Amino acid sequence: MPVQSPISSVNDFVVRFANVNGSGSASANELFARSILRHGVPVSPRNIFPSNIQGLPTWYEVRVTEAGHLGARGGVDMMVAMNPQTWDKDVASIEPGGYLFYDSTKPMPTSKFRADINVIGVPLTAITNSTYTDPRQRQLFKNIIYLGALCALLDMDPKVVEQLIGEQYKGKEKLLSSNVHALHLGRDWALQNLKCPIGLQVKKSDKVGDRIFMEGNSAAALGAVYGGATVCAWYPITPSSSVAEAFTSHCKKLRHDPETGKAKYAIVQGEDELASIGIVIGASWNGARAFTATSGPGISLMTEFIGLSYFAEIPAVIMNIQRAGPSTGMPTRTQQCDIIACAYASHGDTKHILLFPEDPAEAFEFAAQSFDLAERLQTMIFLMLDLDIGMNHRLCRPLKWDDARQYDRGKVMTAEMLDEPGRDFGRYLDVDGDGIPYRTYPGTHPTKGSFFTRGTSRDRYARYSEEGAVYADNMQRLVRKFETAQDMVPRPLQANAAKPTKYGVIYFGSTAPAMDEAIGLLEARGHQLDRMRIRAFPFHSSVASFIADHDFVYVVEQNRDGQLRQLIVNENGIDPVRLVPILHYDGTPITARFIANAIGDHQDHLKVTPLRKAVS
Amino acid sequence: MTYIAKPKFHHPGLPKNELGYTHRDYEGKISTLCAGCGHDSITASIIEACYELSIEPHRVAKISGIGCSSKTPDYFLGNSHGFNSVHGRMPSVLTGANLANRDLIYLGVSGDGDSASIGFGQFAHSIRRAVNMTYIVENNGVYGLTKGQFSATADRGSKSKKGVMNTDNAIDLVAIALQLGASFVARSFSGDKTQLVPLIAAAIRHKGAAFIDVVSPCIAFNNHAGSTKSFDYVREHNDAVNRLDVLTGRDPITVDYAPGTVQVVEQHDGTRLALRKIDADYDANDRLAAMTFLQKHAAKGQVVTGLLYVDPDSEDLHTHLDTVETPLNTLEAKDLCPGSAALEKINASLR
Ligand SMILES: Cc1ncc(C[n+]2csc(CCOP(=O)(O)OP(=O)(O)O)c2C)c(N)n1
Ligand code: SF4
Repeated sequence: MPVQSPISSVNDFVVRFANVNGSGSASANELFARSILRHGVPVSPRNIFPSNIQGLPTWYEVRVTEAGHLGARGGVDMMVAMNPQTWDKDVASIEPGGYLFYDSTKPMPTSKFRADINVIGVPLTAITNSTYTDPRQRQLFKNIIYLGALCALLDMDPKVVEQLIGEQYKGKEKLLSSNVHALHLGRDWALQNLKCPIGLQVKKSDKVGDRIFMEGNSAAALGAVYGGATVCAWYPITPSSSVAEAFTSHCKKLRHDPETGKAKYAIVQGEDELASIGIVIGASWNGARAFTATSGPGISLMTEFIGLSYFAEIPAVIMNIQRAGPSTGMPTRTQQCDIIACAYASHGDTKHILLFPEDPAEAFEFAAQSFDLAERLQTMIFLMLDLDIGMNHRLCRPLKWDDARQYDRGKVMTAEMLDEPGRDFGRYLDVDGDGIPYRTYPGTHPTKGSFFTRGTSRDRYARYSEEGAVYADNMQRLVRKFETAQDMVPRPLQANAAKPTKYGVIYFGSTAPAMDEAIGLLEARGHQLDRMRIRAFPFHSSVASFIADHDFVYVVEQNRDGQLRQLIVNENGIDPVRLVPILHYDGTPITARFIANAIGDHQDHLKVTPLRKAVS
Repeated sequence: MTYIAKPKFHHPGLPKNELGYTHRDYEGKISTLCAGCGHDSITASIIEACYELSIEPHRVAKISGIGCSSKTPDYFLGNSHGFNSVHGRMPSVLTGANLANRDLIYLGVSGDGDSASIGFGQFAHSIRRAVNMTYIVENNGVYGLTKGQFSATADRGSKSKKGVMNTDNAIDLVAIALQLGASFVARSFSGDKTQLVPLIAAAIRHKGAAFIDVVSPCIAFNNHAGSTKSFDYVREHNDAVNRLDVLTGRDPITVDYAPGTVQVVEQHDGTRLALRKIDADYDANDRLAAMTFLQKHAAKGQVVTGLLYVDPDSEDLHTHLDTVETPLNTLEAKDLCPGSAALEKINASLR
């Protein structure tokens, strides 16, 4: 019997599955998460995987959260330990009073267990082997059998799981019935042999509402479909590959001409990132909406072209799904570490527009918007996701689209416009004073409006020139354009603390759900904080005023060097002392506990009366 | 002034093509290359070929990398859009441009440094993807713009201007283009306009990846004794396999050369390529034979020129991707956006 009393909690706990890559567990685990959602209880799952090689350990964690906290929590209440390789580490990570679920076919020495946890053994291999002969079937159905056992242990409604299986194998009756059979094998065994339910339980609720459950990469790819992207060139790299793969599958469903069956898109797997961004730039130069998806090392390779896009003013979209760097770093771990690399990518004076979506819904919106912005501003737009949003399912508001919406193709001069009497066309003329010139597409007019695009300096009429004044004129216009961008990109969102406070916190992107939860934890500790979620670079003027309105502001980010903080200091001329870095960068998603502890400890120190004052 | 525009004035009596355009309409800015540079002769041949084909200049997109050769698109087709991109990356930019609008003519101009060194990969991949383009390498065996370093096409044993011997093996872009599946492969010499002009014209008419390697001597850094890319060397070692005439639909169908020495190849768009064979055994439709022929002659130090291979049944990247006939860059929200009803269905499938 455990010394600790068993954890008892309804709709609020963390289950972690420890599996071996390639064992087919992913779909069973996802089924588990979805089943809980169908009980009306929010979940927040996370894939934890090293490099994607068969046989290596993977984990899948499901946070069951009636309160709807979508950030990672930290800690494990129940470990489904299916991987002997990681057994010791897995057992060690269980919270005192938590549960260990394991395959008890072979007896384990007691030294392999902990005294302060509850051990639940199910002879999974024995049950499987007595039912199935085919080795692949044995492997796959073992996963469904443990799912069935969990159903009984956590008091889940088997009908809900059956219904989900039904949806998954619609039209494939044989697969459907065999999966349902396996589910009941596990459930029945548990009901007959174990004390069910345990302390952790799932009870029906109504906290999910009309929210959807989606991966950020798939949402961004769908945003590209809705945003009118027709050309995608990419090179595989974790965690961004699924953007291009999802774009391909969305396009297959949504983008074929109904009469001819032909594709209204072109997707090319480039030979590398240089080619991918080259294809994007060539397509955009020629008037198509084009994008690539990559991650840190890909950005490094693309930087020469990124500079060309900036200087020659060619629209383009890069979706950067960030992972832990530098170099190959931790390729399957999350970070927000390419902020500086993207904001100032390439040689010479360059600045680029960054968008920071917080969840799949915003990834969809910002992805669609990025094509409007790229064409309106004739420049590179970076959609900055990270592995935590990109490769995990998140609960988010349903995706929305306004059918009246037209694409903003930006300042493009047509043949008719070129023929207007008195019209002067110069590719780099600032006609409207907003720093954005007019362009023409190749092939527009037999005698007017053609120009030569180059990365070398040129005058307002696109004529090669190395004169200092001409060069400086162009560079200043580019700054004007960047200032124009400030009011076009998504604005920061602000929320005030319940009580007036001198302190603020700035955060962005995938940190949002953890931050929402952390605010509550901090309030419980007596700390009030006003919040600002930054959604784009260049920073809106409200960022500087938010900082000015507080004694100091915490900047929470998932990298070592406080890159967003650096960018704010650099771009807004802010005294760095006013911005306190809160940094999390071990590759795991930031948690509410971490934020609340880091900020809370800092705040507690502020409340301590300085020693000298007390003495004097 | 760092650029020179050509005066607009021209003689009213200049000959005109079917569109009513004169040569002048196919010219660009005045070249800033060294007087006598082979690249300028290629420019002249491109102008001639486009004039002869009566191409609307603005329907051409001319794309290049970086180098003296890559500067040349500024010197022809002044009414078309040009793109001087980054070193070695012309092929990807051209591929993207082509995907965006399949209706324009794509002319890629590159150097041997640009295509055989830094851009070797992009060269190879654009060819293997069958991008519909005319890819011209202005091959001088040397880096012109950075002043005379050996390029990867410099022959082993050839000498630099300073007398240094090249000990590395050369890359033969023609052999590689053949191997990678280019459906039109030719080699020519910048000093041989009679051969080069119809080759360029035929390549423009060809659907798919058309590659022309043009030996183009650099008079500043690679026109000395000991170079295998000098004017003198190429004149002495040039071995043409055929001479080409491009017959558009409007030209008479019969060709007035002795039978047995003319091979007619019909292309997708109705143009016929009449190949006057100089080497009676040479078959320009046999990829394998072309490769062997090339290697044998290269071993003898000969520069084989002419149309080395053409596939009359060629396809292009758009065929492979099965894209719509309408250029992708003209599709609008109504064509591309699945709309809110479809999104509702997607939402429902994610619950
Ligand atoms: C990334 C990069 N590396 C190096 C250069 C310098 N560079 C400019 S042109 C050139 C070589 C040009 O040689 P080639 O392509 O043979 O053309 P040519 O000038 O001989 O016609 C080099 C190395 C550059 N512009 N960019
Ligand atoms: S350096 Fe050579 S390649 Fe460059 S312009 Fe002069 S002759 Fe031509």
